[in-house]
Amino acid sequence: MASRKFDVRRYPGFAQLTVLCLLILYVPLLVVAVYSFNASASIIVFEGFSWRWYVDVFVGSDSAKFKEAAWNSFFIAIIAATVATTIATLAATGMVRGGFFRGRTLSFGLISLPLMVPEIVTAVATLIFFNSIAFERGIMTILLAHIAFCIPFAYLPIAARMQGIEDTYEQAAQDLYATKRQAFTKILLPLMMPGIISGYLLAFIISLDDFIITNFVKGAGVETLPTAIFGAVKQGIRPNIMAISTMLLGFSIVMVTISYFVSKRGDHK
Amino acid sequence: MAGGAASGGSGAASETYKEARTLLLMPAWLTLIILVLSPVMLMLVYSFLTKEFRGGVIWDFTFAAYDQFFCDRGLFGDEGCTLEWTYITIFWRSIWQAGLATLLSLAIGFPTAYFIATRPANVRPLWVFLITIPYWVNLLIRTISMRFMMREEGPINNLLVGTGIIGEPLQMINTNFAVQVGLFYSYLPFMVLPIYAAVERYNFTLSEAAADLYASKWITLRRVLLPTVKPGVIAGCILVFVPSLGAFLAPDLLGGAKNFMIGSLIEEQFKGNAGNWPFGAAASMILLTMVLIMLMIYARQQSRANRGEA
Repeated sequence: MASRKFDVRRYPGFAQLTVLCLLILYVPLLVVAVYSFNASASIIVFEGFSWRWYVDVFVGSDSAKFKEAAWNSFFIAIIAATVATTIATLAATGMVRGGFFRGRTLSFGLISLPLMVPEIVTAVATLIFFNSIAFERGIMTILLAHIAFCIPFAYLPIAARMQGIEDTYEQAAQDLYATKRQAFTKILLPLMMPGIISGYLLAFIISLDDFIITNFVKGAGVETLPTAIFGAVKQGIRPNIMAISTMLLGFSIVMVTISYFVSKRGDHK
Repeated sequence: MAGGAASGGSGAASETYKEARTLLLMPAWLTLIILVLSPVMLMLVYSFLTKEFRGGVIWDFTFAAYDQFFCDRGLFGDEGCTLEWTYITIFWRSIWQAGLATLLSLAIGFPTAYFIATRPANVRPLWVFLITIPYWVNLLIRTISMRFMMREEGPINNLLVGTGIIGEPLQMINTNFAVQVGLFYSYLPFMVLPIYAAVERYNFTLSEAAADLYASKWITLRRVLLPTVKPGVIAGCILVFVPSLGAFLAPDLLGGAKNFMIGSLIEEQFKGNAGNWPFGAAASMILLTMVLIMLMIYARQQSRANRGEA
């Protein structure tokens, strides 16, 4: 059997298409990163390496606007990810360690609702909601919308991790007279940490990157990095936009890589 | 996203925190009911209200928004209802664009997913990771980078003109083609992941058996492999098609004013000068209904596939 003339698994051209797929995914990002170091103000030709557009982002004419937007973005992302991860961890414990109950599927449907509803529909609905209760639009509305939207992104890795941990550890702790609360905080939570960290980082990136919902629920004059970048791009792609995009891009990649290795290390334990 | 269904259903139920269950789930329920579910319900109500000029609504119930969407009542608005094509055309164009983007993703995504799934088991996670990274990079930045690539003086045109393949730069930006490529680029990882998961579980002795019975490779692919991994392929297509349908950034930044899609139509009702909230809510409801119907068909299909496996 093994000495067949050809390998049934191999199809000609598939490897090349895979390379093409990776090129399509990465080349545009690399090109933007390269051009962000362009010494020229032109975005057409590359005239040598320079940091000038990175300097421009921090001290140039638009720097005040970008700094405020960056501050807003990180403030919102940190709080939204923290709250969403806390809610998601509790919910995952209820779903995975709560036994079967009626409405479990419904409960899961509710948690993954933000993934099923198209983002623009969530954005419209949230805007209408805040408007109808006369809630003034600003940082607070962005924050609340992000918390809700981030819950499933934090929930999925956390629940997946919890399903991989047998409950014998908590049982053993309780046999040794630990209370349920102690079994949760001293045993389950530490075991869950890789999943929680990876869920937190994903929620953080989702909040940091969100454009559509933020664009709808932000008040006039309040900007996050994506909405500020979008506004600037409407007047044309300038090199400082490429510099700020490259920084944001690098930041996301670092965060996802950390998340990947944290959850991988957790698997080997 | 595709792995979501697994966390919902099966698995031996542990009951350690059974008594605290409601308390544990309450924060998630409340947040999502207040901030997602009830807003969607409210949006349904808004789609039946009267528009207030410059945004907002008057609480008078009417079918005006849906009437505006489907009915052409002549120049003075006093004629009988004949089908209004303006908005249906926009929806149709969105379906068409999202469909082409899905096909393009499938053409590249399937071979990629298959290739990754047939690598040695220890390097597969790294391949998957490479495919997922771009998804976590800001969609806005990715769309901007596509716009940058496809400009008239952009790298793609420079390359093609420089190597003499074409004489004049191609007009790529602000075309339907640019939108398709943009959508394809935005959601390609969604196509690869579920197909990868399906091919990874595929039992290759089936292919061996087909080969032993003198089936050629391509016959084996079409008659044996594809039917087996079909649920993964359908999942991938839905994960690309659904977000493409309601996309805003790709049509806005790559398509220009002529290549309007649903997302832009909705956005304009709340942000632009049209300022018709009930109409925007109605268009959102129609989009949501289309997506939910597709997800329901998908869920039925998947549960049928699961039963087939068992």
